[in-house]
Amino acid sequence: MSSSPTPDFLNERQEKLAPSKLHAAQYIVALILAILFAGLWRLQVLGASGYRVLAEANRIRKVPVLAPRGRIFDREGRILVDNYPSTSCYLLREQIKDAQADLPLISAGLHIPVEQIQATIRHFQTAPAYQPIPLKQDITPDEQAFIEAHRNELPELETLDEQRRLYPRDGFAAHLIGYVGEVSEQMLDDPKYAFYEPGDVVGRSGVEQTYDSILRGQDGSRDLIVNSHGKEVGHLGQELAVPGQDLKLTIDLDIQMAAEKAMEGKIGAMVAMDPHTGEILAMVSRPTFDPNEFSGRLTRTSWNSILTNPDHPLLNKTIQAQLAPGSTFKIIMSLAGLEQGAAQNMKVDCQGGASFYGHFYHCDLHHGMVDIHNAIPLSCDTFYYTLANRLGIDTIAKYATGLGIGQKTGIDLPDEVTGTMPSVAWKMKTQHQPWYAGEVISVGIGQGAVTASPIQLARALSGIASGGVLKRPHIVFPSEISKEEQEAIAETFPGSGDKTVSISPDNWQIITDAMAQTTITGTAAASHLEGIDFVGKTGTADLVSGRTKGSKDRATIPNAWFVGMTPRRNPDIVVAVLWEHGYWGNNSAKLGAQIINAYVTKQRKLEHNIRIATVPSPVAKPATQPPASGTAPAAE
Amino acid sequence: MPRLSSYRDFDWPLFGIVLLLSAISVFEIKSATLHTKFHGFDHKQIGFLVAGIGLMFLISMIDYHRLLDIVPWAYGISLVSLVAVLAVGTKVLGGRRWIKFPGGIHFQPSEWVKLVLIVTVARYFWGLAGKDLSWTDIGKAAAMVFIPMVLVLKQPDLGTALTYLPILICGLLLGGLRFKQAGIILLAVALLGGIVIKSGKHLKPYQQARINAFLDPDSDPRGSGYQIRQSLIAVGSGGIWGKGTNKGTQTQGDFLPIPYTDFIFAAFCEEHGFIGAIGVLLLYFLILMRLIQNAQTAADLPGAFIIMGVVAVIVFQIAVNIGMVVGLMPVTGIPLPLMSYGGSSILFTFLSLGIVMNVRMRRFVN
Repeated sequence: MSSSPTPDFLNERQEKLAPSKLHAAQYIVALILAILFAGLWRLQVLGASGYRVLAEANRIRKVPVLAPRGRIFDREGRILVDNYPSTSCYLLREQIKDAQADLPLISAGLHIPVEQIQATIRHFQTAPAYQPIPLKQDITPDEQAFIEAHRNELPELETLDEQRRLYPRDGFAAHLIGYVGEVSEQMLDDPKYAFYEPGDVVGRSGVEQTYDSILRGQDGSRDLIVNSHGKEVGHLGQELAVPGQDLKLTIDLDIQMAAEKAMEGKIGAMVAMDPHTGEILAMVSRPTFDPNEFSGRLTRTSWNSILTNPDHPLLNKTIQAQLAPGSTFKIIMSLAGLEQGAAQNMKVDCQGGASFYGHFYHCDLHHGMVDIHNAIPLSCDTFYYTLANRLGIDTIAKYATGLGIGQKTGIDLPDEVTGTMPSVAWKMKTQHQPWYAGEVISVGIGQGAVTASPIQLARALSGIASGGVLKRPHIVFPSEISKEEQEAIAETFPGSGDKTVSISPDNWQIITDAMAQTTITGTAAASHLEGIDFVGKTGTADLVSGRTKGSKDRATIPNAWFVGMTPRRNPDIVVAVLWEHGYWGNNSAKLGAQIINAYVTKQRKLEHNIRIATVPSPVAKPATQPPASGTAPAAE
Repeated sequence: MPRLSSYRDFDWPLFGIVLLLSAISVFEIKSATLHTKFHGFDHKQIGFLVAGIGLMFLISMIDYHRLLDIVPWAYGISLVSLVAVLAVGTKVLGGRRWIKFPGGIHFQPSEWVKLVLIVTVARYFWGLAGKDLSWTDIGKAAAMVFIPMVLVLKQPDLGTALTYLPILICGLLLGGLRFKQAGIILLAVALLGGIVIKSGKHLKPYQQARINAFLDPDSDPRGSGYQIRQSLIAVGSGGIWGKGTNKGTQTQGDFLPIPYTDFIFAAFCEEHGFIGAIGVLLLYFLILMRLIQNAQTAADLPGAFIIMGVVAVIVFQIAVNIGMVVGLMPVTGIPLPLMSYGGSSILFTFLSLGIVMNVRMRRFVN
């Protein structure tokens, strides 16, 4: 504060401000107002017409900028799913002046029935009014010309360039990759999809669905200035779209091609896995579908043909088929028997079957004296009936459950099935009935109530062949995604995951050595691969009781199973094959052999540093150049 | 108590012009809030005006020398209230500017501090009258203004803090600052300002953005640049005659930001054109000239200083606000006196006019 003395009003200093200063103040004020006057003159007199044009044009519209979806590559960086540029037509509902007159015109110009346009508008009723709604994708140049020509009559039409999904032809790897489509109303009601809006494109199955949040990126928007006729006259700014993240799958394109080829024209499924890591190397399900159809607007007829197909083309049978595993289950039986100490010295005289509990159970052949070493390659039912009877259902269930039968594996794909491993408690819980001792006999040969999916069998075999180490199968390298995302995936796909069960090394050796005989002298001798330690187990699972060999009725023809691997101990690759109505397990073994052969051939070439020619992309004209084939060895 | 007859000396012509401008303001607020949720703010503005006029008469009754006497107290209370607002103020839009009193009254101390500063500076320079200012005197005056200024900047309210500056400048210029000193100060300020703007450390990001937007309106088209752009379009497209009341597409179509407070002049220009805008400028010119005249006839130095302080603040606000609206100044959020909607601004303006009347009514004392 000033230290000036409080003025004494009686001795007022009769001072006034100098008039010159006040005059100066008046000039300053006048000058400031004159500058403002000049500013107003500049805008309102000189610039009036220009600003009037701007005011007229001043209608800002937000146009979405769609983020390109992340591409999907195989483990060596070869492209599996790409995007291609496409032009779509959108409808701006705010701009519709006269629906009665406009809709027929739009219908004629864009070749969409009026009812369909009305249905689309109804479908988007809940979306905010300013949000453009998709009318038609991949419009032709003619249709684009129509929109341009009718700018003034139809300001509600807007074209948008976007990146659309492009899948390789013929449904290649369709089930594991999945497809994209518009988010459905049921999905929007699900809290998981709280951030999605009607019209958003989302992954609807496979990797596209599981990793949607990573692949989708973030849409941006452009603030356009449009005149009252909806014509763009400038832009104010934009929120850039964040492109989706590319994903590298564990799939090996070479193995996948071999698997696709092997399964050509068949019904069933095939899966190959690296047991050391749980990485899926190939995954095929047949019949397949064309994901390209789904990423567009599916016609009702194609939908119906897919939905009514008795072979369920949309089902990924590697993880969604729950069928009796047949004789492939005998490996698990053998382990249970050996671990319990019951099977080591067991000898059974097979006379084409045996009687248990007053009922005769058949075997395929008269095997004579059978022990554990030849029971596996011969696939002798009598031996396993006897073993099952000795062990009892709960002991079998203990080991089978340990190897993941009757539980989800936790693979990072939607809608995996659990399968069934019966036990006394299970029967009580599901059927409220006691377990009958006789029921265990058919379980011994993988029939009866036991069901499994190909992936479960592949994993169970991996567990035995690696001395009890079971890995969670997965399609995407965990290193590709963040810690939080990994945790979210693990939470979304619960399963038995990574685990270790204790297996005595002796028993492990006995089983794998016996399996080696399968492809030499046993049921899959026809699939023997010279110079490759290819071992396995066939399975022929009856669909109705009693064999119906040579039957013409497809529904009664047994399913042919095969699980195999190479090498026999600590294998690098495990394969499970399901050929529905494939007659005999050895038919499937031949398919499995093709995969193993493709794999080993590739490994040997890599070892000798021979560059494998890149598999030509089946896409006619890839929108982006796929990166050159990686040099990483296929199996670390 | 003043004799009733002294209201003969009340500046009725000035009051008349002020009322005319206030009426224009009410009509423009009504038009600018027609289709918005702020519909009815014109009635609230009338309420503020009535309260302001009441306060104006009230403060004109107290001899301004009493006000000069209580300066130390008032100044102390001002600082306390500014600190209090930082401590317990209500957060609105990220700044603590208001103290909430029971009964829904929001008190924005930074506006009243303006008035206290005007009287404080007047008294200070009155004490120094007739002598050449030393650097110490200048330093003291600067400290007097800068302390509350920094407190207001902390809120952060750059706009209001800036309005304290003209009070200091006006005091220095009228209080006998020599040319040499003025030159040195200008040089120092220019250097400092350059450094501050270059480093940008002392400005909040949004304040930096505003300055950047002003220097290059297209750099940030969605933020401050957008506001300036929309304002220019509104003013320019108004043309000579304007689009008519309630017919401004920018104002009614929600393109113009806050068209009832900071950008009310842009709304007015759009609807009433160059003619209307010049009319309002003329009214401001008359008010300011009338104020300076009153400073000339003031009975003593502090009276003149007080009036000139009021002039400085009002000129500054007009220059910055209209300058912003016509694109000559950056966006600062300073309201236009007598035009912009808002209680604190209206009440401050009428109180300061009341003090001017106060000085005028006592011009023949002694």
